[in-house]
Amino acid sequence: MSSATATLTRIEARLFLRERAGLIWGLAFPAILLIILGALGGKKHDKDLDGLTLAATYVPIVIAFSIAMLALNAMPPVLGSYRERGVLRRMSTTPVPPSRLLAAQVAINVVVAAIATVLVLIIGRIAFDVALPRQAGGFLLAFGLAAAGLFAIGLTIAALAPTGKAANAAGAITFFPMMFFAGLWVPRAVMPDALRHVSDFTPMGAAVQALQDSARGHFPHALHLAVLAVYAVGFTVAATRLFRWE
Amino acid sequence: MPVIEVTNLRKNYGGHDAVRDVSFSVEPGEIFGILGPNGAGKTTTVECLAGLRHPDGGRIRVLGLDPQRDHEQLRQLVGIQLQESQLPDNIQVDEALELYASFYQDPADWRALRDALGLSSKRTARFGKLSGGQKQRLSIALALVGNPKVAILDELTTGLDPAARRETWDLIEGVRERGVTIVLVTHFMQEAEHLCERVAVIDTGRVVAVGSPAGLVTRVDAEQRLRFYPSADLHDRLLTDLPQVTAVTRHGQQVLVTGTGDVLGAVTSVLARAGIVAEQLRVEQTSLDDAFIALTGQEI
Repeated sequence: MSSATATLTRIEARLFLRERAGLIWGLAFPAILLIILGALGGKKHDKDLDGLTLAATYVPIVIAFSIAMLALNAMPPVLGSYRERGVLRRMSTTPVPPSRLLAAQVAINVVVAAIATVLVLIIGRIAFDVALPRQAGGFLLAFGLAAAGLFAIGLTIAALAPTGKAANAAGAITFFPMMFFAGLWVPRAVMPDALRHVSDFTPMGAAVQALQDSARGHFPHALHLAVLAVYAVGFTVAATRLFRWE
Repeated sequence: MPVIEVTNLRKNYGGHDAVRDVSFSVEPGEIFGILGPNGAGKTTTVECLAGLRHPDGGRIRVLGLDPQRDHEQLRQLVGIQLQESQLPDNIQVDEALELYASFYQDPADWRALRDALGLSSKRTARFGKLSGGQKQRLSIALALVGNPKVAILDELTTGLDPAARRETWDLIEGVRERGVTIVLVTHFMQEAEHLCERVAVIDTGRVVAVGSPAGLVTRVDAEQRLRFYPSADLHDRLLTDLPQVTAVTRHGQQVLVTGTGDVLGAVTSVLARAGIVAEQLRVEQTSLDDAFIALTGQEI
């Protein structure tokens, strides 16, 4: 890593911490959500939830929530305002291209999502007796593809939104329907079949199922991994084509 | 050899020529002004110089390099302060300087630069909390932190109060003394008169004049105006007979004489011979402002 990339990442990370919204919504909120839901559900294994406790059902959902929060609600407004205020344009007059700033932003948010994931797994394990992912490789793959898909969508929002505010609105509009299909309000196990089939093809539905399968010891379904990969590739291409520096 | 050579530059935006025909050259170590009314094509011209825009015609060489083809090399050598380009609100002064210094192969000592630009008391202040003058000084520091050979400064003092503007001018003169060639885009005549060795006046995408500010003023050869209150009755004929006088008008008691050449000497001596004193005599000389209006047909 060159010194410019290192300095850029370090200073962007400080700005991320100063902003606080990313930490609160991407890290603290998912953990608190799991604690509340876990406490509500207790140790009861629910037949309707494929025999899982409420906490075990929600561990992958809050992990997906954290990734989506950071990818869709935290990152795009920052990049939108950077474009709006000429930060990217200013940088394009220096020897370091502004694409490095995008890379630094994605890296910081993915790291925070990874920390949130570990935190949620630890809380689940210690407080609610939820087993750590049994198929660790599958779980890592699911996390990686989910992050790739969701951050590619976030970058596309950042590419299209002319201002920070527009990015904020677009991120929220994308986030809530996706969270519905992830099962935040109605877990996938209790969704009607038709709804679950639709959910299979949404990035968050596929992400939650792939994370849940690997948590229970199965390798994720090819369908869910393929859905995430298609979103990742498609939106990366879109973001790359559409991104404007000013 | 000139540091910057622009020949017949042309740049079109959506069927409209923002820059039609711009040529000028900038010599090493000079402060070169680009003057013009809003929308004249000043910013587009410097954006082409900086390699941010692709010209539709003409040729540009900066330090012998082509801004499009050799942009990687050139970005190490040219520092730019752009209009309306900002930093994140939450970044601190020191962080911004350290960050921009890390972008260059051979950066200046950013701490020394910060102190030289009077920002040492603002090291941990956030960009969003700085005053307009402090933001501008930080922006100049960022343009210089890469140790550039050429600095391009666009609308440097717009929005600053007169005291901050004066301070900024002193800074720019200090930068020139480091041997940096400076291209200054401005629409302030006073700024150009104060700082620039030479200026190019751009109007509707064309260069209408290049020269020293004083040279432009004499080239326009605009008229001088005298205003005074005669101590006794004065016949206009006395003045209009003088070859230097072009017109005499009156505003109540006040006489306004316009003329060319040594109109002041001619008028005062003819008045002295007639025994008339020119009370409250004021002479209005042509300024770069007048020259600019004469060249472009509009006020800034």
